[in-house]
Amino acid sequence: MAGFFTSRLFFISLACVAVAATLPLYVSGYILGLLTVAFYFGVFAMAWDLLFGFAGEVNFGPTFLIGTGAYTAGILNNQYGWSVYICILLGALASVVAGFVLALPALRVRGPYFGLTTLVAVLMLQNFVVVFADLTGGEIGLTIPDVITINAGANYWIALGFMTISAAILYGLSQSPVGLVLQASGQDPVQAGALGFNIVKHKLAAFIVSAFFSGLSGALLVFYFGTASVGTVVDVAVGVNVIVSAVLGGRRTVLGAALGAIFLIVAGEFLRPTGELATFIVSAVALLVVLFFPGGFLGAALSREARS
Amino acid sequence: MLALQILIDGFAISALYALGATGFTLIFGVSGVLNLSHGAIMVAAAVAAWAAASVLHLDIYTGALFGVGVALIVSFATYFAVVKPIQNSSRIPNEEKEIFVLTGTLLWGIMIQELIAYFFTNNAKTVLPIVEGVVDIFGNRTPRNNIFTALVCCLVIGLLWLLVNRTRTGKAVLAASMNPRGVTLLGLELTQIYIVVWGIYGILAGIAGVLLGMFLGVSSYSVGPLTASAFSIVVLGGLGSVSGSLIAAFVVGYLETITAYMISPAYRTIPALLLLVFVMYIRPQGLLGRR
Repeated sequence: MAGFFTSRLFFISLACVAVAATLPLYVSGYILGLLTVAFYFGVFAMAWDLLFGFAGEVNFGPTFLIGTGAYTAGILNNQYGWSVYICILLGALASVVAGFVLALPALRVRGPYFGLTTLVAVLMLQNFVVVFADLTGGEIGLTIPDVITINAGANYWIALGFMTISAAILYGLSQSPVGLVLQASGQDPVQAGALGFNIVKHKLAAFIVSAFFSGLSGALLVFYFGTASVGTVVDVAVGVNVIVSAVLGGRRTVLGAALGAIFLIVAGEFLRPTGELATFIVSAVALLVVLFFPGGFLGAALSREARS
Repeated sequence: MLALQILIDGFAISALYALGATGFTLIFGVSGVLNLSHGAIMVAAAVAAWAAASVLHLDIYTGALFGVGVALIVSFATYFAVVKPIQNSSRIPNEEKEIFVLTGTLLWGIMIQELIAYFFTNNAKTVLPIVEGVVDIFGNRTPRNNIFTALVCCLVIGLLWLLVNRTRTGKAVLAASMNPRGVTLLGLELTQIYIVVWGIYGILAGIAGVLLGMFLGVSSYSVGPLTASAFSIVVLGGLGSVSGSLIAAFVVGYLETITAYMISPAYRTIPALLLLVFVMYIRPQGLLGRR
């Protein structure tokens, strides 16, 4: 851990954050808005990587956690008009509860069965949103009266700060002894258990941490958008993007996941002139990375550094 | 009266689900691959059949055959371009191949979906049914197409059963699903068995896709829900168990039809999802699955 503060990765990340922090001084509001969304998305992907890359759990339902946090915060603000910060906090807490509820049955099953359980959770949440349209705004979406701020620069800095702090905590956690136990229980649960580690407790903790950051990020995102809808925070397609970001950036690296998310969002925007082919091109690039650089962007870079 | 209508309507959709899920479970049973581009292959077959009829002006039968042929080609492409490279890759650790196959086939499915949307738009397409008109069953007006769909599904599943249990190739496939290493020791090439299985899968998915196109119509938006429904039916029945999938398909099909008729079409999928969660909790290996 101490070695990290002198490693090249630390200085590169620090430099990236420092450069990114100065962006509002000279780029347009359009780019800032794009990056703001990308940063929140980066937190989704990092939280997912903690569960998959380290605990070895294939979670197809990141949007269950994200959506719960986002909709709880949005509904509280819409119905009761509570202050934005209380709503965001309660959204994150609701997401933690959702993560706990999801983890209890899900941890009994493994592999594809676990994946399906999490996928079903998303479909249930989606149905819930559509059925209780009075409360949630249904398919049209939920209007949120309050926003954190309307200043594009301030929103950008909040997102960047939030992503940096989340990255520091999640990366620190993944490199800590707890992260090692998680990695061990993901790779060989029987042996990790035989060494005396409580696997269920560790995986539950990973779930809760992942849920907390997903929910917090989801809640912040809806207060940035000023609306919550199935298409932006719940749909399976959003979850797929989160998974693709993490795999693209390099699983088990945490920081790579954020990189992948930013790439995915920015590339999607740059390819907008190609119209409907944009998603096709992004998916094709992602597939090529999966096939030829299975370690992802950061994984490939790190292994080259380790070799030299 | 209503009960009979539910019985008839539910049978056709259940048989269709069963046909779609059989191929999916066969692939998993033999090679351990969960093919998340399943929905895309079915939609590709239906859209190809539609395009053959309305763009190329072929007759209905040639169009249907064309659809199945396209599904077969896409199925082989999935195996050779996505699944095989991942399985043979030396850079991906063995315990992570499962997630890579999942991610890879998912991306492949999205690519097919986007290509279909690009060339044929997102509009829903209905393939012209082979048989038309309605027939009266004890006072229920039932489209002939429903009966045709159910019959074809049952026939194809029956043929599959004969193929797997009564032919030499089928027995090799069955053996590979039980013990791949044992099969290679007997001198059979595992890759060839995989190719056969992907071929069978392509034909099954193609027929299911074309029938779905005639029965309900498809659009590129159906890709996700189709994959999800096949996935849940297969897990409900027990991964790799063909008979489990058949039972699960009928359970899900009827549960959806009953909900649609008795409560509201808007709640159609909810009871099936609840059942799935319940089964996962008390019997994680599915109805007929082995652990």
